[in-house]
Parts: sequence; C-alpha cells; structure tokens
Amino acid sequence: MKDAGQKSRRLVGIFLLGMVLANYPILSLFNLDRLFIGIPLLYLYMFSLWTVIIFLIILVIKPWVSAEESPTRSSPKTR
Amino acid sequence: MLETGNIILISLAYLSLLFAIAYYGDKRADENRSIISNPYIYTLSLAVYCTAWTFYGSVGLAAHSGLGFLPIYIGPTLMASLGLLILRKIIRISKVHHITSISDFIASRYGKSVTLGRVVAVICVLGIIPYISLQLKAVSSSLLILTKYPMLTLPLDHTQIPVFMDTAFYATVILAVFAILFGTRHLDTTERHEGMVAAIAFESIVKLAAFLIIGCFVTYYIYDGFTDIASRAMANDKLRSLFTISGGGKKLAYVDWTMYLFLSMMAFILLPRQFQVAVVENVNENHLNNAMWLFPLYLLGINIFVLPIAFGGELHFGSAQMDADFFALFLPMVKQKEVLALLVFIGGTSAATGMVIVETIALSTMICNELVMPLLLRLPIRRLAYRSDLSSLILSIRRGSIVFVLMFGYAYFRFVGEFSALVATGLMSFSAIVQFTPAIIGGIFWKEGTRTGALWGLLAGFTVWGYTLVLPTLANAGIIPQTFVTEGPFGIGFLKPYHLFGLSGFNNISHAVFWSMLANLTMYVGVSLVSTSGAMERTQANLFVDVFKFSKKPDGSHFWRGTAFIPDLRSLLAAVLGERRAGEVISDYARRHDIDMSRKLKADPGMVNHAEKVLSGAIGSSSAHVMVSSVVKEEPLGVEEVMEIIDETKQALAYSRNLEKITAELQAANRQLMALDSLKDEFVSTVTHELRTPLTAIRSLAGIIHEGKGLSPEKRHKFSGIILQEGERLTRLINQVLDFQKIESQAVSLEVAPVDMKQVIEEALKSTKQLVYGKEVDVKLDIDKNHMEVEGDHDRLVVVVLNLLSNAVKFCDNKNGVITIKLSREDEAVRVDVRDNGRGIRKENLDMVFERFWQDKRMPSGKVAGSGLGLAIARKIVDHHNGRIWVESEVGAGSTFSFSLPVKKEKNKTDWRDGIVKP
Repeated sequence: MKDAGQKSRRLVGIFLLGMVLANYPILSLFNLDRLFIGIPLLYLYMFSLWTVIIFLIILVIKPWVSAEESPTRSSPKTR
Repeated sequence: MLETGNIILISLAYLSLLFAIAYYGDKRADENRSIISNPYIYTLSLAVYCTAWTFYGSVGLAAHSGLGFLPIYIGPTLMASLGLLILRKIIRISKVHHITSISDFIASRYGKSVTLGRVVAVICVLGIIPYISLQLKAVSSSLLILTKYPMLTLPLDHTQIPVFMDTAFYATVILAVFAILFGTRHLDTTERHEGMVAAIAFESIVKLAAFLIIGCFVTYYIYDGFTDIASRAMANDKLRSLFTISGGGKKLAYVDWTMYLFLSMMAFILLPRQFQVAVVENVNENHLNNAMWLFPLYLLGINIFVLPIAFGGELHFGSAQMDADFFALFLPMVKQKEVLALLVFIGGTSAATGMVIVETIALSTMICNELVMPLLLRLPIRRLAYRSDLSSLILSIRRGSIVFVLMFGYAYFRFVGEFSALVATGLMSFSAIVQFTPAIIGGIFWKEGTRTGALWGLLAGFTVWGYTLVLPTLANAGIIPQTFVTEGPFGIGFLKPYHLFGLSGFNNISHAVFWSMLANLTMYVGVSLVSTSGAMERTQANLFVDVFKFSKKPDGSHFWRGTAFIPDLRSLLAAVLGERRAGEVISDYARRHDIDMSRKLKADPGMVNHAEKVLSGAIGSSSAHVMVSSVVKEEPLGVEEVMEIIDETKQALAYSRNLEKITAELQAANRQLMALDSLKDEFVSTVTHELRTPLTAIRSLAGIIHEGKGLSPEKRHKFSGIILQEGERLTRLINQVLDFQKIESQAVSLEVAPVDMKQVIEEALKSTKQLVYGKEVDVKLDIDKNHMEVEGDHDRLVVVVLNLLSNAVKFCDNKNGVITIKLSREDEAVRVDVRDNGRGIRKENLDMVFERFWQDKRMPSGKVAGSGLGLAIARKIVDHHNGRIWVESEVGAGSTFSFSLPVKKEKNKTDWRDGIVKP
C-alpha cells in the first residue's frame, strides 16, 4: 500500500475532527431541549455527525478502488 | 403462541441453527474454503460489540438519561477511523508473533513476562465476569417476561427460583456446550475458530434485523413516525428533559460524556472478545479497510431507533413503574403482537449469546495459557514436555476454563448482579478493561515502556478501580456496611469511594475511570522512566514498535540466541500439536531455508525461534518460551549479539551511502560521456576536414603535374614538394589518431629507461624548427643545470614536449611570438613549463583542454590546424609515467602548460600505474 501513510494521516484528521465535534464545548451548543424540523436537536446533530464521519472515512478509504486489490491472506490457516 | 413450551422450543431451534452454522463454517474451513474470509463477515463479527446491553440496556438508559447511551457507540466509530494506525498495527504484531489474546499481547511485549500475563488474565476474568452475568440476566429476564404473557410483569427475583428450575442455568449450560464444541475443537496454532465466527456473524444479522423491525414497529405502527414521537415527547416535561444529555433522572455531565467516549473507544479494541474477533480471528489485514466504515454504519443502524423506543415506552406506560430496559419487549406484548415479541426475544438472545460465547472462549484461552500452563510447566519440565497427550491436556484445561467462567458468571448473576441495571454493570467491566490502555498503546508506540512500569501501572489502576467501583457494589449487596460508601472507610471523608479526595462533578463510572487511569498512567510512565529493561524486553519492544519494519522479512529476526537438538524440538512440538503437524512445521522451515534435515541434528536459532512462535499460538508466548527454554540452551542477548545487530544496521547504512555515492559518480560519468560524445562528433567532422584539405591539395597538384606539358621544371619541383609535404602532414595526422587510440586502449607498452629531460627538449625543439620557422616566433630556453634524469620512455616524452610546443606555436602571437621552455627541479620531480604569449584560455575551458578532440573554437581563421588530440595524448603519456600535467592561463596574457615527472632514484622501483608497464 503506497499511500498508507497519507491515508493514516487523513484518518487521524477525521478522528480529531470527530473528537472536537462530539465533545464539550461544541456539544453544548446543541444540548438544548428543542425540536429542529420535528426532531430533537441534539439527536439530529449526533446522528448527522455520525453519518458525516462514516462518509469521510469512506472518502479516504475509497473501498471502490482498493476493494480486494491484494487478496493475499496474511496468515493462511495452518493445521 | 407464547406458551413457555413454545418459547423454549423456538429458542432451542434457534440455538440448533447456530450449531449448524458453526458446524458448516468449521467444515468449510477444514476444506480450506473459508466462508468468513471477507470484510462483511469480519464487520459482522466485530458487531459482537453490541450485546444485550445494546439491545435492551440502551433503551433503559435512554429512558433515564436521554442521549447518554450514545457515546458508547460514537467511541468505536472514532476508534474505527484510527483503525489503520492502531488496530492494523496490533493485528500485524499478533500475526507475526502468533499472539492469541490480550494477556498474551501484553506479556509478550514486555519480555514474555509470566507475571504480567497472569495479572492481565486475572483483571480480565474479574472485570468480565459481571459483564457475562449481565448477558445471562438479560436472557433470563426476557424469557421470564415473555412467559408471563399476556401479563406485563417485572422480572421475578431470581434468587427465589431453585437453580435447577432456572432457565438461565440451562441457557448457561447450552452456551458452555457451544463454546466447548466450537471453541476447543482442536488445538490450533492460530487459535482461529471459523465456525464460531460464522455463527457470531449470523447472530449479528439477527440482532440488527430484530432491532430495526421493532424500531419501525414502534415508530411507524404504534406512533406516526419520528416527528410524532418527538412532538409528543416535547409536550411531556419529563421526556423533554431527555432531549439533552444532562437531563433526566440520572444527570450526565459533559465530563462523563467524554469519559464514556474514551471508555468505549478503548473497550472496542481491548475487550477480550473484541480482541478475539478483530485480531485473532482476522483472516486478512485488508478486511480492516472496509470494516472501518461498515462497522460504524452497523452501530448507527442499531442505535437509530433507541430513542424512539425509549420515548414510545415512556409515553405508553407513563407513570406505571415498568423496567425501561425491556420496553422493546413490552411494547409488542401490549399490542398483542406475539410474533414480534418473540422476534425481539430472539434478537436479544442472539445479542447476549454471541457475546457470551466469544468472551468465554477468549477468557478460557487466557486462563489456560497464562494461569494454568505456567503452573503446569513448573512441574518437572522434561517429563511434561515429552508427554504425548499434552495437547489433549491443554484442551481439557480450556474446556474446564469455559465451564468455570460461565458458572462463575452465573453465580455472580444470582448472588450479586441482581442489584444493578444492565448498563451500570457493563460500564464497570469497560472501566476494568481500559486499564490495559497504557500498557498496550504505550507498548506499540513507546519503546521505553518497561515490564515493571506496565506491571505497576496495571496494579495501581486495578486497585483504584476495585476501590472506587467494586467495593461500593459489595456495600449495596450488603456484604460490607453501607456506611463505607456514605461516610468513607472508618469515617474518613476524603476516602469515600465515590468521591475520592473529595472530587465531585463526576458520576461513579467516570470518577473511577479518572482516578484509576490517572494512577495507572502515572505509574506506567513514571516507573518506566526510572526502571531499566532487560535484553529480552528491549528486543520485544523493538519488534513490537517497529513491526512494519521487521515483518517485511518473515522469521528474519534472529535476535535470539539458542540452539537445540532437532529431535528435542520435534517432540516438544509433537506433544502440543501432534506428531504430523510437528513434522510439517520442521520440514516447512527446513524447506524454506534450504536446510538438509538428514545431515543436521542441531536446530539453529532461527528454527528454535520459529518453533517457539508456532507454540505461542497454541499455548501463549510466555508458556511457549518456558517450554522451549527447557530444551534449548538459551542465552539472552549478549554484548556480541547487540554488537552484531548494531553492525548490521551500520552496514546497511554504509551500503546505502555507498549506493548514493556510486549513483552520483555514475551521473557525473554519464554527463562526461555525453560531452565527450558531442566532442567526438565534432572531431570526426574536423578530422575529415583536416584529411580532405591536404588531400585536395595533393590531388589538384598531382593533376596539374599529370596533365600539364608546359610546366617548368621549377614549378614541377615546387608542386611535388608541396605534395610531399601535404602527404607528410596526412601521415602525421593519421599516426596521431592511431597513437592516441593505442594509448587510450592502454595497449601501449613503454620502453622504460633512464631519460635525460634536457635531451628530450632539444630533440623536440629540433623537430619543431620548421613549424617555428613559418612564424616569427622566438623560442627561449631556461634549463636548470641540475640532474634531470627520469625513468621513462624517451620517444614518448619527446612527443609530450613536441605536442606542447606545437600547441604553443599554434596559439602564439603571429608577429611577436615568444615561447619559453623551462626545465626545473622540484623536490622529487622534474618539471617542464612551456609558456606562450598567445590569447590565453578562458577559465571555463581550462578543464577541457586536455580532453581529446577539444579545440578552441576561437581560432582566428575558423580553421583549426590540428586534430585536437595533441594535448590529450600528452596527458595520457604523462599519466602513464606517474606524472602530473596541468595548465595555467590568463586571457590575453598567454598560457603555461606544465608537467612534472618523478625524478629517477637509485635502486627505486617505479610504481607504474595500471601495471601496464612491460619492462
């Protein structure tokens, strides 16, 4: 994997972004007992953040590119 | 439909299906046609993370504290994004070192320490047992609730039912049978259980499907969608407070939220069952790539309906005191949807059983490898090692451990677990497991972490965990007085377990996590910094931290010294793995390393290492190390080995530097070659031009003589004279080219004799007389009277002076040309300078003048009188004489060409270069 280092760095970036957005104080901005388009605000925020993180991971991993590119079994089952 | 008999029948049918899937998975694995070798099954097996806690407990938690259940699933999502950094490294290390459990991992990292392995195993067992009991409680309670249909009742107090009437007990027995059948089928060096993984993956599908269906049922059948539930909840003061994380009865502060995130992040990789499915059962490292986003997606799916179900339950049951943990079961029951209720029950059971099975198998491996085996190996070791039935002994230990763990879990559930909610129990286990964080994360990134540091860190963290979390539960259960919690031990206020040193603002769990991690981390780092580590520890630290560097060449690390007799090694392997497999291991190794087994009796360190790694897979690294040590004369890394390692590194470094140098040289040579190539092209055209000029003259003059009858004899004489002269010029030119060719190809042989340089100069001067005569050039001589004898080839040296002279003449001022030839003596050399007063040579060309074919393009007429070889030939000859030739010049003031030759000494053998001299 040539770009493993770059991928790794980007993923760490996603991790840090997630850590900031899912914690105090950003979290407190959405921690209100209010509805937004009919859905509890914090609930909506957390699940949107979740979706965004998954989406970002997909963007970095590009499963449609690397999918089974190297099907070598790193440790064949030995009996 | 929901009669007790039916429910039990359906449950048994479901469990039978699991057995069938596991059996099929194992069968396919035996045929080498794995059904689990793809990222989707891998992801589903990771989803063993979602237990009954998720299935029932989250709803309960949401009903009490709103979104407080979420960080437990956001954490693993964030951890997944670090998958390439952390999990991939752990997987690679485990594959390289045949590590099969978290305890093995830590023990192996810190020098294959038996003590450390034991501590980790004990923490795991103690920390996880409540978690297992939680699952049993969930199965048992949900079953009891379902059998009471159509009544909705709180689960009975289990202690009222005798053990042999308790369905939970039988569920435990069935799970034990499953774990034994598919977890200890045979002793495997990779400790992989494909059948079990297949069953777990299936269970993950069932629980997700069941939860999504009940979620849709509550949201869209009972209520009118998300917004309907939300707006009703909005109108309810109690539910409205659940919109936030700090609302509800159980307040959750931001700091608790962050602690939960941290807990779940670490638990996702450190829980024994997660380590088992994510690392040990991993077939292919690349599956991680897709699991990194598929697994968070799974978590998102199984959580999306938690809040609607919790709100739905609260709205429906209102003030009726129902156990919110089981809303998912109560809601279909109250709507008389029997099939749905049954589906929820099956989903919850699958969540619980999946966790119990994997956790039990993982724990049994640990108990066997870290706790029991080292004790067994204490026995007279040789006898044990040669016992042929060692492998069946190990399997029996594993099976015993499985039964022990499950029964322990069941006992905990009956006598202690009744008193806390699902989530609280689970979080307690999480906070025990996160104690491994410093030892593992530090262990794979920080080489300086030592065994003593890890041990002290774990002990400190675990002690604080026990004090701040376990002791209070014992108080709640009435085992120790309640005042211990409320007043502090012996009434000492600042030692209150829930408010240690008066700390407040945390809930019980995050309070415990904070203090235990603080103690753990401080000890780990602090003790690591002050303690020193042994050779084995250092080696392992390097192999772990730099795993990607070392694992490129398998078995390449011979950092371990020790030799053994092959028969000893073979019988050791055979005892654990069986005769056939042992033979395979040895012959495989021999084949890969080209070792002739028939001629070899002693195993080299590489083979010993290999054998130990294979054994590690079966019985854990520390036990394997002890066993192999019994037949090996092992010495830890000595100064010699360390020096060897350093030396190897140094050699590699030097080698790469050398390569760089060679590359640079090659590039320079290439540049030079290209310059020479263009020079050669120029030369060819010059030489042809040079050859054609005399030829044209000869031809035209010969033509005139041939045809002209009225040619006067004087004219005829003059013409033939020119022809002769031009012919000579041609010959000279051709000779020069041939000469140079010869010198260049080093085929020249020098006729070495004492040569007087004065004679050489005079001779050369004589030959150039004619040249000089054509121009008005004054030649001055400045000859030292000293002894001027050198050893060399007289004729060739004449050529050198001649070439320098003719060069000087060529570039001399036409009118007032002055050439000075100076012969002088330097310490051990004779020096000749030929100085002209021509135009001089430009600085940038000084390096080029001795190159063959180089010619100054600034010749006034544009015509060059020469081949461009003269100076090159001169240099070659001087070189062959071990001399030096150079030029100094100033534009407009003329140039000085000089060469020096070593003076002839008495009885001194001249050191000829290249050995081309044939005396």
